[in-house]
Amino acid sequence: MPKPPMSVEHTFPDSAARNAQGEFETEKMSLSMGPSHPSTHGVLRLQLELDGEVVTKADPVIGYLHRGDEKIAENMTYNQFVPYTDRLDYLAPLANNMAYAIAVEKLAKLEVPARCQAIRVITAEMARISAHLLGLGAFGIDVGAWSVFLYSFTEREKLYKLFEELTGARFTTSYTRIGGVARDVPPGWLERVNAFCDQFLPLLEEILDLLTRNRIFVDRTAGIGVISKEDAIAYGLTGPNLRASGVPLDLRKDKPYSGYEKYEFDVAVGTKGDGYDRYLVRGEEMRQSVRIIRQAIAKFPEGKWYAEDARRIIAPPKDKVLTSMEELIQNFMIVTEGPQMPAGEVYFEAENPKGALGFYIVSKGGGVPWRLKIRAPSFCNLSILPKVCVGALISDVVAILGSLDFVMGECDR
Amino acid sequence: MPAAADAVAAVKGGWPGVTDRASLDHPAINVPASDLLAVLRSLRDDHGFDMLADVSGVDWSVGVSPRFTVVYHVFSTARHDYVRVAADCADGASPEVPSATGLWPGADWHEREAYDMFGIRFAGHPDLRRILMWDEYPHFPLRKDFPLAGIETELPDADVVAETRTGAIAAPMMGGPFVAAPGQINLTEAEPRAKDESWSERRPKPGA
Amino acid sequence: MVSANTELTYDSKIEGDIVVTRLDSAVNWIRSNSMWPMPMGLACCAIELMATGASRFDIARFGAEVMRFSPKQSDVMIVAGTVTYKMSSALRRIYDQMAEPKWVIAMGACASTGGMYRSYAVLQGVDRIVPVDVYVSGCPPRPEALLDALILLQKKVKKEPSFSKLFSA
Repeated sequence: MPKPPMSVEHTFPDSAARNAQGEFETEKMSLSMGPSHPSTHGVLRLQLELDGEVVTKADPVIGYLHRGDEKIAENMTYNQFVPYTDRLDYLAPLANNMAYAIAVEKLAKLEVPARCQAIRVITAEMARISAHLLGLGAFGIDVGAWSVFLYSFTEREKLYKLFEELTGARFTTSYTRIGGVARDVPPGWLERVNAFCDQFLPLLEEILDLLTRNRIFVDRTAGIGVISKEDAIAYGLTGPNLRASGVPLDLRKDKPYSGYEKYEFDVAVGTKGDGYDRYLVRGEEMRQSVRIIRQAIAKFPEGKWYAEDARRIIAPPKDKVLTSMEELIQNFMIVTEGPQMPAGEVYFEAENPKGALGFYIVSKGGGVPWRLKIRAPSFCNLSILPKVCVGALISDVVAILGSLDFVMGECDR
Repeated sequence: MPAAADAVAAVKGGWPGVTDRASLDHPAINVPASDLLAVLRSLRDDHGFDMLADVSGVDWSVGVSPRFTVVYHVFSTARHDYVRVAADCADGASPEVPSATGLWPGADWHEREAYDMFGIRFAGHPDLRRILMWDEYPHFPLRKDFPLAGIETELPDADVVAETRTGAIAAPMMGGPFVAAPGQINLTEAEPRAKDESWSERRPKPGA
Repeated sequence: MVSANTELTYDSKIEGDIVVTRLDSAVNWIRSNSMWPMPMGLACCAIELMATGASRFDIARFGAEVMRFSPKQSDVMIVAGTVTYKMSSALRRIYDQMAEPKWVIAMGACASTGGMYRSYAVLQGVDRIVPVDVYVSGCPPRPEALLDALILLQKKVKKEPSFSKLFSA
């Protein structure tokens, strides 16, 4: 670290302490950033040790949003836990719902029909666009660009309208069930999603134009927070953060689930692993998401939106429940005791906007899990902070936090 | 997945204490805690499982021996497959396994979380302290004998406690979480029932 | 010329440059229309709080656009999200740092009562540590609900006896 030049040239009063070389004795300052801080994206506390403006040690303190989700999961049936999965990564709830539903369906080796898979893919990609838009907006605010936030929120409002039409809620949707989704797409919804995609792509270019060649933005993010390939893999980073460091790992392409193998899309991979690369990767992912959505709508299959044959897992439709005895009993058993899953262990990771969201489920049979571990991508992404913040200036710490794009709801569960 | 199964076979050949673990998807092995680091190192270096995806603890409940298990999921970025490695903790009263932070620095936080939630100690961990609950919290929440509602505890900041006269209480549950029991498929035993963990603050439990 | 609004009657031809009213009305009118929020955005409700501040639902038209994260510059603390026990002491400290007069809006189910998180780590309602003026239900509440809460709070503020409090606390 370069020593400040003035300490040797000027004369200061004798009361200032000097060390053997005649330089000022400095002390490191301990600064606690958060938990309530505009730039920490939620309740994260960073204990920083500073030497002037340069960070010498960074110790993140998390857990300010630990709500006990995993303990709650041991006391809920599989379907009752779906609303809690919404609130994990609360920027893309539909993606979390899908990851959880597929993980539980793996216990029973249940394959849902193609229409249900297509619905899940479309909603997950819309959630990805929504999450990246907010990530960009927050990143923009952190480095000082207010307009990006307002533009991206306008687009998100259009997405919210579509979500509300499909699921009933603007964002915490609780849309999937074990064995299917809650309801079919309403008539005309797919055309409206297509219309959204048509008007979104040029607007996305406009939003990204505000930042991509912006001198100030590039100065603040290029070369900041560089994460090497080896570090990224060693710390368990996944998602856009890993891809920006040069590792072309995307679970949608490499371990496809829910019909992703039917769609053609590219995976954005960066080269340098700095904040600017992470921003570019997210921007490109949004364009690819639109591509996937269009293909999914073009190939949208007929059929049911839930697995009809899974009698002890998915509840039959309400008109049958209210008129026929067998369906009534089936519905009753599923609601009170939960979808009956066989005993065993599964681990499933889905490619969420923040990274790979994994569910490790230990089941002893019955409708309630024995242990549900949520492998949160933001938890692993944040663990690299003590390494990446050292040597950075305080303002760079803010830019690094913005570029890593984590969500505390997921990190703390 | 031939490569993962090959890796498992090679590991079983190299360490006689390693046995197969029942699993519904990925190949899984049970490893004694003394061989754990060697097996993980072999998986990472010899078989290409370069990423540690997850470390979780499991509590099999109070009477069962071994009571705690630590489950590692390793992932290969080149071949895109997983292997599950499970290590039982020998002692249920003070569970301990060696720490994997020497192999993957990302294991650091996962192990802190397992310590925080279960009380499993990781020998060789550079800084084993609580991560999700506050440092002075006296209980291990994910253990099966700890109720979901929680146990009354004092909050750490004395001045705030004096000002607000509040603490961590047992969340009012009006008779406990009403949920079916896991595991039993027998109809009568699987019925949802009240676990009776806590009542409410104002009214005492009726009949008590 | 009879005006329908009797609270603050002013006719420039009669009074000229002098307005006669109760001090309470004037002070409360000023306070309610420039409520600067301190967004205690903790979880998902924070996203709806941000949406309320964005262009579609525009909280700025109610005077509350200055979302400064500094408690010393704000009037109303909007607790948006789940308050855990670990976070509760930080929240109380921030509330203590706010200058009088101050109000609290508990936004969402988690802030009002603990919401669906009946567990060992969640404070069952933020009113256990700070006095709350308006509770907003919803998980998360729609931005319109939050704006409704803000309007309710404005109505509450307009009825406060501010003048007598000016010299006491």
